[in-house]
Amino acid sequence: MKKDSRAQITRKESWREYFLLSLESPAIAQNAQPGQFLMVRASVDTHPLLRRPFSIFSAEGKSVEIFFQKVGLGTRLLSEKQEGDTIDIIGPLGRGFTVKKEIRGKHSALIGGGRGIAPLYFLSQKLKAHGGTARVFYGGKSVEDLPVRERFEKSGTTLSCTTEDGSFGTRGQITEAFEAELNNGFTVSRIYACGPELMLKKIAEIAAALNVPAELSLESVMGCGFGACWGCVKRIRKGQEPGWHKICEEGPVLKAEDIIWELGNND
Amino acid sequence: MIDLSVNIGSLRLKNPVLAASGTFGYGMEFTPFMDLNELGGFVVKGLYFSPREGNPPPRLVETASGLINAIGLQGIGVKRFCKEILPQLRAYQTALIVNVCGENEEEYASVVEYLNSHEGIAAYELNISCPNVEKGGMCPALKPDLTYSVVKLVRSVSSRPLITKLSPNVSDIVEIALSAQEAGSDAVSLVNTFLAMAVDVDTKQPKLTNVFGGLSGPAIKPIALRMVFQVASQINIPVIGIGGIMSGEDALEYLICGAKAVEVGTSNFIDPESCLTIVQELERYCQTHGISRIEDIIGTLDVKQ
Repeated sequence: MKKDSRAQITRKESWREYFLLSLESPAIAQNAQPGQFLMVRASVDTHPLLRRPFSIFSAEGKSVEIFFQKVGLGTRLLSEKQEGDTIDIIGPLGRGFTVKKEIRGKHSALIGGGRGIAPLYFLSQKLKAHGGTARVFYGGKSVEDLPVRERFEKSGTTLSCTTEDGSFGTRGQITEAFEAELNNGFTVSRIYACGPELMLKKIAEIAAALNVPAELSLESVMGCGFGACWGCVKRIRKGQEPGWHKICEEGPVLKAEDIIWELGNND
Repeated sequence: MIDLSVNIGSLRLKNPVLAASGTFGYGMEFTPFMDLNELGGFVVKGLYFSPREGNPPPRLVETASGLINAIGLQGIGVKRFCKEILPQLRAYQTALIVNVCGENEEEYASVVEYLNSHEGIAAYELNISCPNVEKGGMCPALKPDLTYSVVKLVRSVSSRPLITKLSPNVSDIVEIALSAQEAGSDAVSLVNTFLAMAVDVDTKQPKLTNVFGGLSGPAIKPIALRMVFQVASQINIPVIGIGGIMSGEDALEYLICGAKAVEVGTSNFIDPESCLTIVQELERYCQTHGISRIEDIIGTLDVKQ
């Protein structure tokens, strides 16, 4: 992990409340793995004080991309940055998705709910590079919550979209669409997902029923992102012992069976 | 060449900047960002005798220029620390200070006794002030007699310099500092976090599961500075200033008010190189002001009567 206090924004795309920033930071880009994250300082002022964690959307050559939704002060300030501005980032951090050699020739399902799509583009590219095939399930409340679908389409990834209001793709919940496909004979050897807790919990149940390994990327409020503050814990099984473990170190990507779903754990 | 070294009693620091307990992990977390040798020292996360689970999340909430935490002193316990972490830390030539916790006086003493037999520790910082785990609202730092009692006991078993870390959640912090001094503490460090809370107005629930947490960061600096000045003016043992230090200028305010050293806390989360930047800024200040020894700045507050 490295700190780069002068990562330049080389490209910015925006869709209402969603933003994609491309940052030039060679040392971080070269070492990034799908599922890892960056800690980004949205302001040099003391309010907001802390950095914000963002999954790495892609890493190629000298650049890393982050995709985020404007939800509070930190993301609002970040959304106001312009091409040419520099920002202070630390990364790559945490444990990402595992992509093993055995993935060659196998099908994986990548399931992203809302801004939870953020780490899945990078993962889809890596799976392909390893000779696997990826089908991406991308869901949101409405078509406006699926802004980066074209990136997947352009890269030739099979994409299934769902919206709760039916404004695009299949109407309904993303987990329903995934289950329907499974019932239609869609088979997967691996599941990867990121999104709201309820969605992830459901995915964990589906994966357990199918006896298919699943890896889920969790979201957490983080103080530092590199293990010093002990603020980002979730209830996780490490070895046999359940305990409060740091998401920034043990995660953000965890095996589904290691996550203990209990009230307040992951909301 | 500017002499940045300071003495905290018998403890000599190469510069007056320490990383504060609870914000620096067990030290190794920061090795990707800095050479720990360049620090004046660092205080590792508070250790009880046994491992501790800590509080359920959410444990953090950000407020205006501040951070409220309710970690609950989750930690690996003193045995695992000595076995797994301490051997790695011995490679560094900087002051390693261990923050010592206890649910009762005996536990403080047993942690210190256990650590006494392990090499590579420069001093102990007695955490009598963490507001998160007190039962029934009481911790030793809140009462002069309880402070005296635990410091006296730990002093009697400690083979190393003892720094007592004070809580700001009292009506007269000078009184507590005097108790620590009287009980034989070699120094005091202040302040720990301010007991605080935040509320989600939509759910009408506290933002922390623990309801209360400790406020740190720039928001507390002016109050912490006032307390450091009051204490430094009234006691004879060295004072280490803590609270919202983000820059060399912040650190200088504390030194001018009488602190012999400072601890940098929350700033480490935002900028993991923060402590070293502050050391560089102190050095630059000395150069600009023609000061050859940083100790010459300490306690130089010019109060016009």
